Amino acid sequence: MKHKISVNINGKQCEGEVEGRELLVNFLREHQSLTGTHIGCDTSSCGACTIHLNGAATKSCTVLAVQADGAEVTTIEGMATNGELHPLQAGFKEEHGLQCGFCTPGMIMTAADLLKNNPNPSEHEIREALEGNICRCTGYHNIVRSIQHAAKNMNGVTA
Amino acid sequence: MIPLSFNYKKANSVDEALSMLTEDSKVLGGGHSLIPALKLRLNSVETLVDISKIDAIKGINDNEKSVTVGGGATHASIAANSALASAAPMMAEAAHTIGDIQVRNMGTIGGSIAHADPAADWPAVLLAADANVVIKNKDGQREVDIDQFFTGFYETALAEGEIITAIRIPKTGFNSNSVYEKFKQPASRFAIVGVAACGEMDGKTPKSLRIGITGLAERAFRPMEVEKALIGKELNEANIDAALGNIADGVSVMADHYASEKYRTHLAKVYTKRALLRLV
Repeated sequence: MKHKISVNINGKQCEGEVEGRELLVNFLREHQSLTGTHIGCDTSSCGACTIHLNGAATKSCTVLAVQADGAEVTTIEGMATNGELHPLQAGFKEEHGLQCGFCTPGMIMTAADLLKNNPNPSEHEIREALEGNICRCTGYHNIVRSIQHAAKNMNGVTA
Repeated sequence: MIPLSFNYKKANSVDEALSMLTEDSKVLGGGHSLIPALKLRLNSVETLVDISKIDAIKGINDNEKSVTVGGGATHASIAANSALASAAPMMAEAAHTIGDIQVRNMGTIGGSIAHADPAADWPAVLLAADANVVIKNKDGQREVDIDQFFTGFYETALAEGEIITAIRIPKTGFNSNSVYEKFKQPASRFAIVGVAACGEMDGKTPKSLRIGITGLAERAFRPMEVEKALIGKELNEANIDAALGNIADGVSVMADHYASEKYRTHLAKVYTKRALLRLV
């Protein structure tokens, strides 16, 4: 049985029909062609699929698409405004926070949740916040610097 | 990975959810244990009843004699709650150690204890807290003492067709002095051993003491002999060491590739001691 769903994605109301068992990450990637949200481990561990569901960082591989009916979703594609990079995206560029880039969208979405609740995190708090996001290239140092860079530029203004 | 097909039903109230439950259905709370299990096809279900949209079971209410935590309260909301921070600080401390930001934003306390993973944090904390589990079924409501709730490996006193609507944390002298110590599995952040301890103190001596241990045995449990040995005795290293000898009495200690039986028992002693010393 298919379910009709209506989800506000990056400010745009999107309609779709999904089976109950379809995952939100598949709805984003396959129905909406928003392929910035990645599928890494597919077991709720790596965080590459992190999006914001009603403002909170969430692993979209562990949520059913039908559960997002009526919700607001923000993906990495919704972070830049009017062609200008979000401070976190700019931070990752400036501080070389990515190598292969696979984990980057999830890292940025988790970091945005952190900075919303804690605009001036310590290095320790940043590292703790990234517990659910795995990077196999950078060793995390430049990711932490990228988030510090963004925090400084955002001056406490939330995402 | 995609689960086997099922019927999805969204419930708008607990009563509606109860009317949707059948023999072959399961309840979807935060989904952070159930959805991974469905994806790995370790579990399958005919009908999934989604209770994650029922606002009435998400709140945390500060009452005169207890704090009532809705079954649908997320780990993140518990970690941030000020009433719990003063009534039972181990609740916030434990909530902060569960999974990661993303998991805490979705996972719920009711879902966690219904699932009853032997390495989950909440069972140890709620045993120490002397909590009551509020359960609804088609005939009405019942409350289960936490000491009777966890019955075995992923097994609880929850029957088919029942939903956990709330958990009551009593406001007591022991809960207001409570801590949680945990040795994490570094990838999953489940407890290899987790210890919740609370005690009402008279100087360095507990007048009352409750300890909950998770990760050590097939279900979370209270080491009654350790509690008994230390009530009325000063909590110092020597007394604690003497009491910890029978920490695993009456339970079958788990072993896996993370920790052998011997190592797990050792960890339980180390983490119980750390927790008890923090009560002073």
